[in-house]
Amino acid sequence: MSLKFLNRSRTITPEESDRFLVASQWRLMWWKFKKHRIAVVCAFLLFVCYFCAIFCEFVSPYSPYQKNIGLLNAPPQKVRFISEEGFHLRPFVYPLTGGLNDDTWERVYEEDRSRRVPIRFFVRGSPYKILGLVPWDRHLYGTESGEPFFLLGADHLGRDVLSRIIYGSRVSLSIGIVGVFLSMAIGCIVGGISGYFGGAIDNVIQRLIETLISIPTLPLWMGLSAAVPTAWSPIKVYFGMVVILSILGWAGLARVVRGKIISLREEDFAMAARLAGAGEQRIIRKHLLPSFFSYLIVQVTLAVPGMILAETTLSYLGLGLRPPVISWGVMLQQAQNVQTVATYPWLMSPALFVIVVVLAFNFVGDGLRDAADPYH
Amino acid sequence: MGKYLLKRCLYMIPVLLAVSVLSFTIIQLPPGDYMTSKIAQLQMQGEEASLSEIAALRSQYGLDRPLYERYGMWMWGMLHGDLGKSFIYNRPVSTLIGERLALTVTISVCSILMSWFIAIPIGIFSAIRQYSPLDYFFTFVGFIGISIPAFLLALLLMFGTYELFGVTVVGLFSPEYAVAPWSFGKVLDLMKHIWLPAFIVGVAGTAGTIRVMRGCLLDELGKQYVIAARARGVSEVKLLLKYPVRLALNPMLSTIGWILPAVISGEVIVSVVLNLPTTGPLLLEALEMQDMYLAGSFIMILSALTVIGTVISDLILAWSDPRIRYE
Repeated sequence: MSLKFLNRSRTITPEESDRFLVASQWRLMWWKFKKHRIAVVCAFLLFVCYFCAIFCEFVSPYSPYQKNIGLLNAPPQKVRFISEEGFHLRPFVYPLTGGLNDDTWERVYEEDRSRRVPIRFFVRGSPYKILGLVPWDRHLYGTESGEPFFLLGADHLGRDVLSRIIYGSRVSLSIGIVGVFLSMAIGCIVGGISGYFGGAIDNVIQRLIETLISIPTLPLWMGLSAAVPTAWSPIKVYFGMVVILSILGWAGLARVVRGKIISLREEDFAMAARLAGAGEQRIIRKHLLPSFFSYLIVQVTLAVPGMILAETTLSYLGLGLRPPVISWGVMLQQAQNVQTVATYPWLMSPALFVIVVVLAFNFVGDGLRDAADPYH
Repeated sequence: MGKYLLKRCLYMIPVLLAVSVLSFTIIQLPPGDYMTSKIAQLQMQGEEASLSEIAALRSQYGLDRPLYERYGMWMWGMLHGDLGKSFIYNRPVSTLIGERLALTVTISVCSILMSWFIAIPIGIFSAIRQYSPLDYFFTFVGFIGISIPAFLLALLLMFGTYELFGVTVVGLFSPEYAVAPWSFGKVLDLMKHIWLPAFIVGVAGTAGTIRVMRGCLLDELGKQYVIAARARGVSEVKLLLKYPVRLALNPMLSTIGWILPAVISGEVIVSVVLNLPTTGPLLLEALEMQDMYLAGSFIMILSALTVIGTVISDLILAWSDPRIRYE
């Protein structure tokens, strides 16, 4: 453990330096991670995102399938504090009235300035069950009268885009985690075997990994997801996608695991365990894997965004998840051509969420990497 | 060198075989075959396909043979330059994909060159001015570059240019050249259009290359020979370009191996969004229609090109760095 860590902090009292000397590995990492400001902010951001995904029924004001026939492709509504009467402490929106433009036959919306619709928190709305268990009908925000309020506009069926994004995050954010865990499981087993035993087994596995890595993934993913039967139920398609993403995704992780195992198996404690009569399996499980667990967490954090991007890309192409499933990629299918994007730019808003989440994962991974490296 | 070259080329064979099995499997995975979707399509249009007609078509396309025989036929044909026949277009696959493949390769090569062109100077700058505001700025921009999926970037840039200039930047050629035979004018026209897709495809790679370049150069700059040269009064610019940069450029070649698959993947998706006359849109169409020979050949050839590209980059690396070929 380097003492550089100590020198960098501002002033160190004797108690503090003692604390450092007796701190556990995890505590040291936490202290180091805290110093990476952007990573901490991003970790918080991700926490919020996953919270919203888990409690999406509560966070989103409407059901993602609720259609508003009068408000097709309605633009985002501005949240206001100041009306003609002056300043209001409670934010409000003006209701939208739609009509047809006589020349272009396009729908145009105008704000009805005669009426204010106040926005409230914890309003009553459509009933739901928290996590499918506890029935409730309060929503994080909304309007008292239940009048539609589209913070990010509405889509071609008059459905609230923000509600759909929040519901979609459940699929988009979880598919990355589930996919990474599956590929990590495969990667750890294969990479562990390869690194531990070495020799011919190692050689064969290495060639296999090299083959998988040298293939452009997207065409293969496209081919595999085109093979998912259209008749499958959404949940089956979801897990089908996870399996497809992991089939090619494990190779990179396996290579990293192998590299680490090779450097670890030469360590004295592995030799000590072997001399003490521990079996191969036990040495891998009890001595080698835990010692680079922190390292694995870093790799996982950095692998998640790739999975999220892959799901979004495939769904966008119409080869991954399909409606009525809601995911960010499925939502982006609506923004496929320039005309749509130019007329209804708010349909692109899921893209913003994709970018922010992927960016956050990258920063957190970067912060974790610095924190987990004892020599840094 | 000859021994190394031979070893590297021989090693390609099992990889290519594995790739071919993989692409053929993918094609066989969808339930039903092209005939099933064709029949459904005919029935939707109110036409009845007679059983004997279907059976005749099946045997004509070899769909009634067992799996391994079809794989054998497919591979045998591929070795003879016969890639099978596309069901949708009713034309040999090789005539369909030739030009598209060439354009895919052109865009990919352009985007790699472009990403080096952008990344190397920035990487050098970031290394010699480590922790300067601009270094942080480039790091941040690099992170954003990695985070934005290629198709989104294409969509955003398309939207941006439409909003700002009122033009759509789709396609690779102006209308007057789109179907014209190849001429000098057409090549010039291609050059005018190719930079945008090449840039979009290269963005993620550029961000990664900047990091590699910066890291390698930082390692080199700390070494003793640099200090010794500086002590002898060698000018900073000469000192930098003569040794450390040259050494730091080596990893550029070795990273092609992992950049190339990403670039080909990126090219496929970007060309779907921008509707470029390359492999992407045709591959998507083939997959949607379950046109197995077309899709399979595409995946096979794209993967094979990537493998060959990687081998070539390895050979160039071995040629430029003797340590590798005598390993």
